Amino acid sequence: MVLSPAASGPPAGDGTGEHTPLLSVDRLVVRYGAAVALDDVSLEVGRGEMVALIGANGAGKTTLLNTLSGIITASSGAISCRGRLAHVPEGRELFPDLCVDDNLRLGAWKAASRDPADVYELFPKLRDLARRRAGYLSGGEQQMVAIGRALMAKPDLLAIDELSQGLAPNVVQEIGRYLVRLNADAGLSVLLVEQNARLALELCSRAYVLETGRIAAEGPSSHLKEQPAVQRAYLGGHVAT
Amino acid sequence: MSALVQYLITGISQGFLLALLATGFVVIYRVTKVVNFAQGAFVVFGGFITYSLLGAGVPQGVSEVLAVLASAAIGLVFGAVTILGKMTPTASLITTIGLAILSEAVAMLVWGTVPLTFSGLSGHDLHIAGIFVQPQYLLLIGASIVVLLVLWLVLERTYVGKGMTACASNPYAARLSGINVKAMGLLSFAIGGALGGVGGVLITPLFPITYDSDVNLAILGFAAAIVGWLTNPGLALAGGLAFGVSEELVAGYWSDANQTAVALALMIVLLLWQSHRRQQVEKLV
Ligand SMILES: Nc1ncnc2c1ncn2[C@@H]1O[C@H](COP(=O)(O)OP(=O)(O)OP(=O)(O)O)[C@@H](O)[C@H]1O
Ligand SMILES: [Mg+2]
Repeated sequence: MVLSPAASGPPAGDGTGEHTPLLSVDRLVVRYGAAVALDDVSLEVGRGEMVALIGANGAGKTTLLNTLSGIITASSGAISCRGRLAHVPEGRELFPDLCVDDNLRLGAWKAASRDPADVYELFPKLRDLARRRAGYLSGGEQQMVAIGRALMAKPDLLAIDELSQGLAPNVVQEIGRYLVRLNADAGLSVLLVEQNARLALELCSRAYVLETGRIAAEGPSSHLKEQPAVQRAYLGGHVAT
Repeated sequence: MSALVQYLITGISQGFLLALLATGFVVIYRVTKVVNFAQGAFVVFGGFITYSLLGAGVPQGVSEVLAVLASAAIGLVFGAVTILGKMTPTASLITTIGLAILSEAVAMLVWGTVPLTFSGLSGHDLHIAGIFVQPQYLLLIGASIVVLLVLWLVLERTYVGKGMTACASNPYAARLSGINVKAMGLLSFAIGGALGGVGGVLITPLFPITYDSDVNLAILGFAAAIVGWLTNPGLALAGGLAFGVSEELVAGYWSDANQTAVALALMIVLLLWQSHRRQQVEKLV
């Protein structure tokens, strides 16, 4: 409980207040041996917000998500997540020997929520593939299973690493529409890591740009799109400076 | 002819004992990537604990069940020692060898160095194909089949079993999915312990065991597990039967001094044949 001198905030004890972000990362530092992968990274995701994290290969995006999930331990800094986080890992990482249905069920965090009916409603295609081994699915189908498995956790925040990797543009668009719908209907917050910056800035209202472990820029997507440096590096734009 | 039937029945019984051990190796390796060389100790403890409980007047069935549970508990402890720290697979393997040596020391202190046995299933010997067979042989075979079948059903059909398969195929994703990977590893060790304990309970009436019986058992069980690349329980079962039967045939028709050597030679032949097949499959893919 933090006592705030400015008494305009929500009443004490109400951690779900509108002004408390769902996820806040404060001055995070992550090292691999001597190499610094994340250097003083701070970011926030609000409730019901869709936030993009863009950056070049090796910028530290996956490292950040793995730290949020507790796979990697930070050297310093703080993470606070006031809700459940589910993580769709880079490269999908399904259980290839198990069928689609089992992959989904294993994503559930409670015995009472193991029925994947909601996911099948969201991705009707998966219903027909329920008994197929996950290793035998196409890339787009696997990505649907990966997202569905994460949704089975009934998360408040969905962190997705490389949504569009290896997928056809129309499949990406389709999954993107699903996410926007989930966000609008269920209030799901999303932290989207994406190489395709144009897509990420379109889907998300706010974005962070990560460069070699540091936040290089942040702000509403519409503002970032206009910045010449962002256009040059991530949008392939030709802007005279 | 009747000698052959005798060798086959003995060999198949030994084979199922090895299959129980090999399945223990496979279950533990799949989930934890640890080769548990203390696997043979579970057989010794299973047999010795039954012996002591019977000596204390506990009824046979109860003694046997308690011995299996105790072996599972020992497995759990071995698992905790091996996987709860942050050991590399090599360090874990060395640790299991250490646990095997420690087990021998404990077994020798508690039960001594004399071979121990107890009587198993009572009843008249059965007359099969011209020879007389102790019913305990058939119990060993039948009970092993039931145990392996139940284990297979648990692994294939239950949520916990699928969680173990998930840990085996992708521990990173299993962690992200909220599966407690360490708990699944401990469970696999407990299953390995129980399988060894079942083997000990069933084999001791037929072949008296000593504190150091675990070494030979672990080596042959490991060899059988290797036939299934430490991951395929079906092939491990086949490997166990192949070794058990070939050992008995060699001992019967040639010399029992050579039986283990021949079984291990067979293992090498099988491995060569398998890697050859694997290469052919890889060429096709
Ligand atoms: N396990 C590891 N050990 C050592 N260095 C690592 C490890 N994982 C990542 N790195 C390094 O940390 C840096 C950040 O890697 P990370 O995977 O987080 O980047 P990324 O932004 O996700 O890149 P990409 O877009 O290619 O997926 C890179 O320089 C990478 O080489
Ligand atoms: Mg990455």
